[in-house]
Amino acid sequence: MSHTAFISIGDLRRGRPALGDAAPAGAGGCSSSGGAGKSSCGSSAGPEDMPAEIWDKVKNHPCYSEEAHHHFARMHVAVAPACNIQCHYCNRKYDCSNESRPGVVSQKLTPEQAVKKVLAVASAIPQMTVLGIAGPGDSLANPKKTFETMRLLQQHAPDIKLCLSTNGLALPDWVDEIVKYNVDHVTITINMVDPAVGEKIYPWIFHDHRRITGLEAARILHERQMLGLEMLTARGVLTKINSVLIPGVNDEHLIEVNRAVKARGAFLHNIMPLISEPEHGTFYGLTGQRGPTAQELKAVQDACAGGANLMRHCRQCRADAVGMLGEDRSDEFTLEKIEDLAVVYDLDKRRAYQQQVELQRQAQHQAKVDALAEAFDAGLADDGLKVLVAVASESQGLVNQHFGHATEFQIYEVGAGAATFVGHRRVDLYCQGGYGEDEQLPSIVQALADCHAVLVAKIGACPRDELKAAGIEPVDRYAHEFIEKAALAWFADYRERIASGAVVHQPRGDARIRQGAFTGTAAA
Amino acid sequence: MALKIIASMCSGCSACEAECPNNAIREKGGTFIIDPAKCTECEGHFDAPQCIAVCPVDNCIKKV
Ligand code: SF4
Ligand code: SF4
Ligand code: SF4
Repeated sequence: MSHTAFISIGDLRRGRPALGDAAPAGAGGCSSSGGAGKSSCGSSAGPEDMPAEIWDKVKNHPCYSEEAHHHFARMHVAVAPACNIQCHYCNRKYDCSNESRPGVVSQKLTPEQAVKKVLAVASAIPQMTVLGIAGPGDSLANPKKTFETMRLLQQHAPDIKLCLSTNGLALPDWVDEIVKYNVDHVTITINMVDPAVGEKIYPWIFHDHRRITGLEAARILHERQMLGLEMLTARGVLTKINSVLIPGVNDEHLIEVNRAVKARGAFLHNIMPLISEPEHGTFYGLTGQRGPTAQELKAVQDACAGGANLMRHCRQCRADAVGMLGEDRSDEFTLEKIEDLAVVYDLDKRRAYQQQVELQRQAQHQAKVDALAEAFDAGLADDGLKVLVAVASESQGLVNQHFGHATEFQIYEVGAGAATFVGHRRVDLYCQGGYGEDEQLPSIVQALADCHAVLVAKIGACPRDELKAAGIEPVDRYAHEFIEKAALAWFADYRERIASGAVVHQPRGDARIRQGAFTGTAAA
Repeated sequence: MALKIIASMCSGCSACEAECPNNAIREKGGTFIIDPAKCTECEGHFDAPQCIAVCPVDNCIKKV
C-alpha cells in the first residue's frame, strides 16, 4: 500500500490519520541488529561498544551520535512557552538558553500547527529523523501541549523519533506518559548536584502550588532531577544531560555532576558554555557574570573524560531550529509559509532516502578508516606533544571548505597517533559575496587563537598573511582529504620542522567563544 | 476579588494560564489577561494566587 497522504491543519484537528492503520516500526537502514550485533556503519561510539538496541536508537539521531549529525537532521517545535522554574541565565522573552539561543524569539505554535510544520519539513527534508520539544520554556511545564503534539505526530508520522528537553522539576510526574508516547530520548538540564551551588543558579521554583526560593528550592529541584533520571533509566529511555558551565559558580562542580549522572545511567553529557551577553537581559547578563573561554570549557570537558560520554558537537540550537545541526532553515518554514504548503508525507520515499544516506555514511566511514590506517602506519613516537588545529569542512568529514565561506570551524586535538574532535567554534562569515570582509578577520583570529593551524580547501592571500601574523598556520595542501588524516599528516610535518629547527614550537593561548545569535547557514 | 495582569510587563510566557484553577486567564494579542468575573484570587483552592507565584516577572500581576 502507499503511505502517501495530503494533510491539512483541519484534518489534524479532526483527527484524520495520514497513514491508515499501517504504522510500521521505526525506519531501518543500517543492519545493526543482524548477525553478531555488529554493523559497518560506525560512529565514534559505534556498535562495538554499545548494545545493538541502543545503537539502533542513536544511529540516526544527530544529537546523540557525532557521526549522524553530518547526515541526519532534526527539528524543534516551539509549543511550550511556560516554565516552572527561573534560571539566572534565562530571560524568557528570548527562549530558554539551555536549548535555545537567546536573542531570537521563536514562533509559538499550537500542537496542530506544530504537526503541520513537522510534516511539511519532513517532506522537504527527507533526512529529518527527529522531532524535539525544547521550549522555549519547559516541555513538561506544558504537558498538554507537549503530549498532544506527540500524540498527533505518532498518528501521522510514526517513523519520526520523538525527544524532549526539560529542567526535570516535573519529570517524575510524567515518566509514564513519556514511555507511553514512545519518547526515544530525554534531555535534562542539570547544573548542580549540590543545592548550595544550585542556590546561585536558581532564584525560585514553582512546585506543589507554591513558589519556593533559596536552598530549599535547589534541594527540591535536585532531588526531582535525580529521581526523574533514575526513573527514565529504569524504563530504558535514553537520557542526555545538558549542563551550563558558569565560571566561578559550577565549573569545578560539573565534574561531580558528570559522575552523579553517569552513576544514574545517563547516556551522554553535554557541557555548554554560558551565554550571558548583557543585551539578552538575563540576571547573569545584567550582573556581569561572564561565560567561559574556549580553554576553560575544554578543561572541564577533558576532566570529565572517562565519566559519562561527552557530547562535543552541540550548537545550542533555538527552540524552533530546523535542519542539520549547525544550520538553521527555520525561516523557510514559518507558519505563514507552511499554511500554504500542500504536504505530501511519503513514508516509503523517506525510508528509501534514509537508507541511501545510511549507505553513503557506511561507505564514507570505511574510506575514513582506510585512510586513517595509512596515516597511523606512519608511526610517530609519542613525545607528549599535542596541539589544536581548526578545520574548515562543509560535509563528509573532509577538509573541503573555503576559509572565507566558513561560519564555524571544527577543532581537533592532534598528537602522535590521534586526532580527536574537541568541538566547534562559530565565527562571523569572513567572505561575503565573494570578497573578503577584512573587519571580520580579527574575530576569527580570536575564535581560533588557541590553534596552531587552520586546514582549509582554499584561502585568499590577505587572510593568509593575517593568520600567519597571528601565529596560526594556514594550510591548504590537504584539500579534500579526510580531516583526521589531514590533521595527522600536518602534525607529522610540523614535528619534522621542529626537529630540523625550521620552527620553534610555541604553546598557544586561549580563545574566545563567540556569543550571541547564530545568523549563518551551514553552506555559504 | 480579582487580579490584573499589567500588559506592558507580561512576557507572554503563558505560565500563569495553566496554573489558574478557575480558567480565568487567556491570551490576548501576545500577552495574557485575567477575566475578573472568574478570578477568585485562588481562594478555596490554594494558599496564594497561583498566577503570581508562577509569573517570572516581578509585580506583573496586581490587585485591582
Ligand atoms: S528551565 Fe529553561 S525556560 Fe525555564 S527558566 Fe530555566 S532556562 Fe528558562
Ligand atoms: S489569582 Fe488564581 S484565580 Fe485569579 S487569575 Fe490568578 S490563578 Fe486564576
Ligand atoms: S506568567 Fe506572567 S509573564 Fe507569563 S504570561 Fe502570565 S502574566 Fe505574562
